[in-house]
Amino acid sequence: MPTLAEHASQSTPAAVHESGRADFISVRDFNFFYGKKQALFDINMDIPEKQVTAFIGPSGCGKSTLLRNFNRMNELIEGVHHSGEIQLVGKSIFDRNVEVIALRRTIGMVFQKSNPFPKSIYENVVYALRISGQTKKSLLDDCVERSLRGAALWDEVKDRLHESALGLSGGQMQRLCIARAIANRPKVLLMDEPCSALDPIATVKVEELIRELKQEFTIIIVTHNMQQATRCSDRTAFFYLGKLVEYDNTHKIFSNPSEKKTEDYITGRFG
Amino acid sequence: MSAPDPESQPIADFKSRLDLFRLLCQAAAALAVLTLGWILYEIIYGAWPSINKFGWNFLTTAAWVPNREKFGVLPFIIGTVASSGIAILLAFPLGISIAIFLNENFLARPVRQTVRFVVEMLASIPSVVYGLWGIFVVIPLVKGFGDWATVHLSGVPIFSGPAYGNSLLTASIVLAIMILPTITAISRNSLAAVPHTLREGAYALGATRWEAILGVIVPSAAPGLVAATILALGRAMGETMAVAMLIGNSSRLSWSVLSPSGTLAGLLANQFGEATGMQVNSLMYAALILVLITLLVNLAGEAILRYTQRKTAGIH
Repeated sequence: MPTLAEHASQSTPAAVHESGRADFISVRDFNFFYGKKQALFDINMDIPEKQVTAFIGPSGCGKSTLLRNFNRMNELIEGVHHSGEIQLVGKSIFDRNVEVIALRRTIGMVFQKSNPFPKSIYENVVYALRISGQTKKSLLDDCVERSLRGAALWDEVKDRLHESALGLSGGQMQRLCIARAIANRPKVLLMDEPCSALDPIATVKVEELIRELKQEFTIIIVTHNMQQATRCSDRTAFFYLGKLVEYDNTHKIFSNPSEKKTEDYITGRFG
Repeated sequence: MSAPDPESQPIADFKSRLDLFRLLCQAAAALAVLTLGWILYEIIYGAWPSINKFGWNFLTTAAWVPNREKFGVLPFIIGTVASSGIAILLAFPLGISIAIFLNENFLARPVRQTVRFVVEMLASIPSVVYGLWGIFVVIPLVKGFGDWATVHLSGVPIFSGPAYGNSLLTASIVLAIMILPTITAISRNSLAAVPHTLREGAYALGATRWEAILGVIVPSAAPGLVAATILALGRAMGETMAVAMLIGNSSRLSWSVLSPSGTLAGLLANQFGEATGMQVNSLMYAALILVLITLLVNLAGEAILRYTQRKTAGIH
C-alpha cells in the first residue's frame, strides 16, 4: 500500500486542471466542534494542486480552524470532534490507516508567530530529517542548502549556519521556519497568517517567496490582509461565522463577488 | 498666600509619595545586606581563635576530638558534598520525569493535579518527621540492602566494609525525597513556560510526542532545570535535622556509602549545645565553611544558569 506521500505524488491525469489536480485536497460536508461549540458548518471545497489558495474572513470565522484540520493539528486540543470528510488526493486524512506523523510530514505548516527551535540554523532546518532517522551528513547538508535557498535565506545565513537561530531578525526567522517546513519536501504548505508579525519589507519577501513556492507546493494561506490575498493567491475563500460564504478565483472575488457579504467584507464595511 | 497651582499640586504630592516609597525600598534592601553582613561578622569573630590555631589544616585533617582539642572537618565536608550529591543524582531524574508527566497530558487533568498536590505536599512535612520516618523505614531497608551488597558486591568500593543502617546512603535517600518537590515544582514551571508555538512547531514537522518533549521542550527549558537543581543542592547541603538523625555522625573517613558519615550541618546541631572553649570556636569555623560552600554552589549555579540561558537564547 503506498504511503500518503507517494499517493499524493501520483495525481491522476484525468483530473488535471491548469497546473495540477483541481481537487488535490477536497473537503466534504465538514463540521467541526470545540466541545459543544460548533466552529465550522458544512464546509465543501476543492483545493487545487500547485496553486495558492487564500482563506480570508473576520477573526473567529473558522479559517484557521479549517487550516489546522488539514494536518490534524486540532487534535492537540482536548475535547474537539468533527464530522464529514477531508481527502488528500482522494484519500481520507482521518482514515484509520493514516498515521498522523506521516500526514504532518506530507503537509507542512508555517505559523503566525515564527517559532524557531532554540538550536542552530542548521539543526532547525534538518529537524524533520533528524526525527525521521536521517544521519547522512552529505544528505543533511544538501537539504539545508536546498531548503534555505528555497526560502530565499541562504545568502543571508550561509556563513553562520551553526549559530543559534534565535539571533536572526523576525523576517529571517519566519523564512527559516518556511525552510524548515519545506525541508522534508511536503506536498502541501499551510500558512497561518505568516506575515502578521513581520514588517512591510519582510512581508514583501515572504510574499515573493510564496509565489515561487507554488511551482512546487500546494499552498493554503490564511490572511487578514486583503491586499496580500490579491497579491499572492490564485483562489480565495471567504469564511464568515464558520461557513464558507464564497470560494472562487481571487480576481473574481475581489472584482465582482457574487455574495453581498463578501463584498461588504472586502470593501471594509465590517470585519 | 496664593492659591495652590492646580496643575503642579497633585504632581508634587505624587512625587513626595514616590520618594517615601523609594526610601522604604532602600531601607528594606539595606536591612537584608546588613543582616547578612552581621551574621558573617559574628561567625568569623567567633571562629577567629580556631582559624588562628588550625588555619587551612582545619579543612584537610580528619580528626574531631574535643577533649584533646584536635579539630579537622575534612570528613564532614566530604559527607556534606557526598550526601547532597547522591541526593541530587537520585532526585534529579525522578523530579524531571514527574515534572514532564505533570506538564503533559498523559493522563486526565484530575489525576495530574492530584499527583502535583501530593508532590508539593512533600515540601510541607517537617524535617524531623522525615528523620523519624527514615529511622523506622529507610534504615531497615538500607541495612537489608547493605547486608546483601557487602556479600555480593563487596568488590565495589562504595559497598565495601560492614553495612550500617545509619549511613550516608540512608541520609541521601531521605534527602532526595525532601528535595524532590523543589526540583519538580521549578522544573514544571519552566517546562510550562516553553512557548506553545514551539511544541506546535515540532508536531507540525511530524514529531512524535517523545520527540517533541525530548528534542524541543526539555532543551528549551534547560535554564530552569539547572536552576531547579542548584536550589535543590543548596537545600540539601544546609538540611540539618533529618540528616543528623540518619547519617550516623561519624568523623571516620570511608569509601562505603553504607558506612556512617557526617555533615557540617549535622555536626553543628549535635555538638553546639554542650560545646565549650575551642570547640565552640571550631564549630563556628565549621559553620563558616558551610556558608562558604553553599555560597560557592550558588555562584557556580548562577554561572551555569547564565551559560545555558545564553546558549538557548543564542547570544554568543
